[in-house]
Amino acid sequence: MTLLTALIALGTLALIFGAVLGYAAIRFKVESDPLVEQIDDILPQTQCGQCGYPGCRPYAQAIANGDDINKCPPGGEATIRKLADLMGVEAKPLNEAQTENVKRVAYIREDECIGCTKCIQACPVDAIVGASKLMHTVLADECTGCDLCVEPCPVDCIDMIPVATTPERWKWDLAAIPVRMVE
Amino acid sequence: MPGLFQQIQAGKLWDFHGGIHPPGRKQQTTQKPIAVLPIPDRLYLPLRQHIGVAGQLLVRVGERVLKGQQLTSAENSMAVPVHAPTSGTVLSITPHTSPHPSALPELTLVLEPDGLDEWRQREPLNFLTCDNMTLLSRIQDSGIAGMGGAGFPTHIKAGLTQPVDYLIINAVECEPYISADDLLMQEAATTIVKGIDILCRLLNPKAVLIGIEDDKPIAAAAMMAACSQREHYYVRIVPTKYPSGGEKQLIQLLTNKEVPNGRRPADIGIVMQNVGTAFAIAQAVLDDHPLLSRIVTVAGDTLNQPQNVLALLGTPVSALLDACGFQSQPQQRVIMGGPMMGFTLPDLSVPVVKTTNCILAPTAQELPSASTEMDCIRCSACADACPASLLPQQLLWYSKAKDNDKLQEYNLADCIECGACAYVCPSEIPLVQYYRVAKADIREQQREALKAEQAKARFEARNARLEQEKQERQQRNQQLAAARQQQQLASGANTAVADALARIKAKQAQAAPADERNKEQILAERELKKQQAREYQQQKAQQQEQQQNAQQQAPEQHSGQPEQTPAATDNTNSKAAAVAAAIARAQAKKAAQATEQQATEQQVTPAPNTEKSHQAAVSAEADPRKAAIAAAIARAKAKQQAQTENESSAPPASAGAVNKPAAESDAAVTPEDPRKAAVAAALARAKAKKQASAEPTEQTAASATGASEPDAVVTEDPRKAAIAAAIARAKARKQADSENS
Repeated sequence: MTLLTALIALGTLALIFGAVLGYAAIRFKVESDPLVEQIDDILPQTQCGQCGYPGCRPYAQAIANGDDINKCPPGGEATIRKLADLMGVEAKPLNEAQTENVKRVAYIREDECIGCTKCIQACPVDAIVGASKLMHTVLADECTGCDLCVEPCPVDCIDMIPVATTPERWKWDLAAIPVRMVE
Repeated sequence: MPGLFQQIQAGKLWDFHGGIHPPGRKQQTTQKPIAVLPIPDRLYLPLRQHIGVAGQLLVRVGERVLKGQQLTSAENSMAVPVHAPTSGTVLSITPHTSPHPSALPELTLVLEPDGLDEWRQREPLNFLTCDNMTLLSRIQDSGIAGMGGAGFPTHIKAGLTQPVDYLIINAVECEPYISADDLLMQEAATTIVKGIDILCRLLNPKAVLIGIEDDKPIAAAAMMAACSQREHYYVRIVPTKYPSGGEKQLIQLLTNKEVPNGRRPADIGIVMQNVGTAFAIAQAVLDDHPLLSRIVTVAGDTLNQPQNVLALLGTPVSALLDACGFQSQPQQRVIMGGPMMGFTLPDLSVPVVKTTNCILAPTAQELPSASTEMDCIRCSACADACPASLLPQQLLWYSKAKDNDKLQEYNLADCIECGACAYVCPSEIPLVQYYRVAKADIREQQREALKAEQAKARFEARNARLEQEKQERQQRNQQLAAARQQQQLASGANTAVADALARIKAKQAQAAPADERNKEQILAERELKKQQAREYQQQKAQQQEQQQNAQQQAPEQHSGQPEQTPAATDNTNSKAAAVAAAIARAQAKKAAQATEQQATEQQVTPAPNTEKSHQAAVSAEADPRKAAIAAAIARAKAKQQAQTENESSAPPASAGAVNKPAAESDAAVTPEDPRKAAVAAALARAKAKKQASAEPTEQTAASATGASEPDAVVTEDPRKAAIAAAIARAKARKQADSENS
């Protein structure tokens, strides 16, 4: 008899919890994988494709599925560290020989541009304006420096130039003001 | 317990955490009157002298400007204009070393004074009768930005719409050496009070608190005397302590209120203005005298006469120092700003700007350079000295580790960079420098994050657009297909036709077996005929052999050709000749491509030179547009050559395909020798004519065969191949010309 009551009691509990969990699974269903969103937020969004995926979000998806976290040259060490923190894995160095990570933007030598619109089609962030047979130019503020427009140019008139340092962007030099007072 | 206002009225003062007491060293300058500097030879006016954006230039190089004339306009609310401090000529507008710790060049207008000091038209205002908007635009147009050091545009702070309880006038001037505000109060207290009146009219505060440190008794007395007529103006003498002149520190000292993290004083009903700013406002409104000059303390033991000088904005620091008897020492440092928060200047051509309050030229004994940095011993002296109640040693730890999240958690943003922590550090760690680097890093990171967000949004918008375009295209295609179908269905005749077609098909299907039988018959007949033809040919060949045997002295070359050319000799009608000509043309083209390819491969090594020579040849042409096009083509060709070189393992067919446009472009690019091209074209025309009018005689047939075999000829004779190539080029050029025209 006691065995029966115990079974009934446990069975009822199991049913109740099952129902609650089942309801919660429907009611609080997560639309997409939040991990992918989080990874995507960390990635620099240059959409350069240097990782081998067509854009930052596909790479985020790949990382969530277990790909290496060290395939993003524009993000550099900082991004790898953050990804390592998020994914709970060891931070690895970048997988290719990484040159110095200088921010660059594309620049079109306008008198040489023939107006072929090939770079416009290549730009992942619509940062090049121009029309067929008319000069094109790069919106420097929107350019992510992904390099994707350089290759399609038939006349090689696109340069990647480093972003100039302005007083606003300048980082303090540790030796700028070594001043001490004598007593 | 009395309320806050009563306490403030009663003269109560509070205290803030930390602070230090460095030696003041103000006596060397406070005892002397303000000296007026002669107009220097050149004035360097950076177009942006405040926090915010630079205005648009209004003058051009070579233009003469009058004293007080606006040089830049201020359309943006964060922009304030720059004025000509004296009359003269604009010499140039170039980048010049900026008065900023980075010393990065900024756009600077160089003015050559003419010594006349001629004023523009001036329109003083009566601030009691004009409205607030007029006053605010006057303040903005006069180029007034906070003169305490930050350089925040004053019209924004003075034009607040939220209610203001207290207007605090900052006359504390807590940093060592600096006494510019002290002297200003001593000499112009009444003008300052008029400026405060204008601010009161704009902001309507409950009370005005004027904070003055107790080491300026003369200035405090002058201010008290000037304020004696005003009821709610309170001059408050605060004890000397660094940094009580900090905005948040002074608010805490005078009102016991703390500005919340990440907020501004206006959010708690307080506006603070520097005493120099109040003076500038009074001048701008009452005299229409824009901000053209400021008082600068020039101090340090290397000077014979350290003093306060009234310097025109744009005066180079060297002129200032020379006027005060500067005697340079080896490894001399000149500091702009005070010893605590200033920065070393890279050179002495840096100009005085609106925020420059002090130029310091100390001896090495006076301000020794920093000695070696030692490890932190966690004595927490910095935490005791920090006026913002932060934990400097923790911040140092995290700055070294570049742990920006932790830095933000420990409120690095609240650091006012006063340098008190570095001053007290027994290990001589330049703590502020670490914080400045970390702050710049965090700002950069925030900017990047913002940019990444924008880039993401743009990327997604682009993807959405492309997807939409694709769908629209699909939809359109589907609609067109549906429309076609409907049209077919709608017309009844079509259905009848379709029925008829179906019937015919069915009939054909029935009749198929019979047809097959017919076909078999036809095939059999054909076989028979073919066999007859073969027999006939064999007979003929035998005859020929016999003939050849008979004429054994004939050259051997001829023996090969007849076998290859039976078609040409047999088919004697003109149609066949035309076909042969077409084949010849095609082969010639092929050969041309082959030679072109060889040529381009040979050209690969001296590519730049040839390219340049091509460009040079082309640029000789009169039409620049054509030249540009040719140059573009040349560049494209160079790129393609590079690519083909890279793809050396690629199959020859694809290489030929790649080279095809190259050959054409080459033809377009090499008009160096028009005569040759003309000759080649003429040759080509002649050949085509010959082929077309090929007569059925054996002689012409033989010549046709000769022409129809450039392949064989090419392998034998490179000269002929070259001619063929020239023909192809000429043709391509003709085409290009006809397209152009």
